[in-house]
Amino acid sequence: MAKSSKNTLSVLTNGIIRENPVLKLVLGTCPTLAVTTMAKNGIGMGIAATFVLLGSNIVISLIRKIVPDKVRIPVFITVIAGFTTIADMLLHAYLPDIYKELGIFIPLIVVNCIIFARAEMFASKNGVGSSILDALGMGAGFTLALLIIGSVREILGAGTWMGIPVTRELFDPAIIMILPPGGFLAFGFVVAAIQKFSVLKARNKEIAGGCSMNCAGCAAGNNGGGCQ
Amino acid sequence: MKEIILIAIAAIFVENFVLSKFLGICPFLGVSKKTSTAVGMGGAIIFVITISSLVTWPIYEYLLKPYDLTYLRTIVFILVIAALVQLVETVMKKFMPPLYRALGIYLPLITTNCAVLGSALLIVEREYTLAKAVVFGFASAVGFTLALVLFSGVRERIETNDIPPAFQGLPITLVAAALVSVAFFGFQGLFGI
Repeated sequence: MAKSSKNTLSVLTNGIIRENPVLKLVLGTCPTLAVTTMAKNGIGMGIAATFVLLGSNIVISLIRKIVPDKVRIPVFITVIAGFTTIADMLLHAYLPDIYKELGIFIPLIVVNCIIFARAEMFASKNGVGSSILDALGMGAGFTLALLIIGSVREILGAGTWMGIPVTRELFDPAIIMILPPGGFLAFGFVVAAIQKFSVLKARNKEIAGGCSMNCAGCAAGNNGGGCQ
Repeated sequence: MKEIILIAIAAIFVENFVLSKFLGICPFLGVSKKTSTAVGMGGAIIFVITISSLVTWPIYEYLLKPYDLTYLRTIVFILVIAALVQLVETVMKKFMPPLYRALGIYLPLITTNCAVLGSALLIVEREYTLAKAVVFGFASAVGFTLALVLFSGVRERIETNDIPPAFQGLPITLVAAALVSVAFFGFQGLFGI
């Protein structure tokens, strides 16, 4: 992490492609599956999470030298919960439609492991500048992943994209794609497509793909939680 | 009474936390490799969610609501849950060492499992009474455990299968989860819920 912080561009793009939080690190899977029935909701969730990530990364990076190591986890959680509450109130006031669609998953941003993982792995070890870039990159990666999965589900399941009819005349929408099973299915196929492209280039990546789920579990165990 | 039974059945089958509400997907994917670990995790989750429903409900109803502080619910709930998990761990270690050893490593994992916070928030949103809240919490956790244990059985089978390279690891797990989810989808509309 420290090495890449020297190169600002690589910090920014790291989260979008190479370490995409959803598609590569398999973090934050709950909102990924739950809100992607429409591409629009995916973007809404992505932006809300990016806002919280940005705020918490800045604050945690600023206070990283004051907070004793032993109490850092409760402190981080409180900071993240504070920004989640701000996001919750802002959405409630200015975007009531999106607020209604995302529902319980807005307060649940607080237990989104992407945010906790970045606080623990990046913001608590790096300066404010690179923490901001990291937050923007990770947030963009999260939003991109939600947009891709949301688009697949909306086009196949409702025949629309962003609410605009696209393929309705070509085929009957498969409603299952916007129902819960379709969330697992779309996520699975998107990850499979990515593995197809990246894994077959370097076969050892495929082992990394298989173990990332365990790592998500282990990492959570090591830092006393942190998995959604 | 009838209403409470309906809440319990709905929480276990119709609105299953993992398979239809997408809460707690991380542990669902992370610890479902073996049935024994799935049972351990499920036990810990049932324990914590039931107690957290019992604790967060009075806090919301008698502390946050009268003083018009409901907007602080996210912060308060997450801190209460974190403290609670710590407390449960300490008490268990002292008084129930066998249970502590059985659940041990899964307990700290639960703090930020979104199923726990999710159930606390859903209880508040639906304005349940205390009895309903506890039943809902317990039943939801049972539903979570049921999905976890069933799915671990499926995964143990997948392990030995020949899977195309692109689908190895996470993708095939998600596709399998989709199929289990389809099965649970059959409960939709049960008893008119």
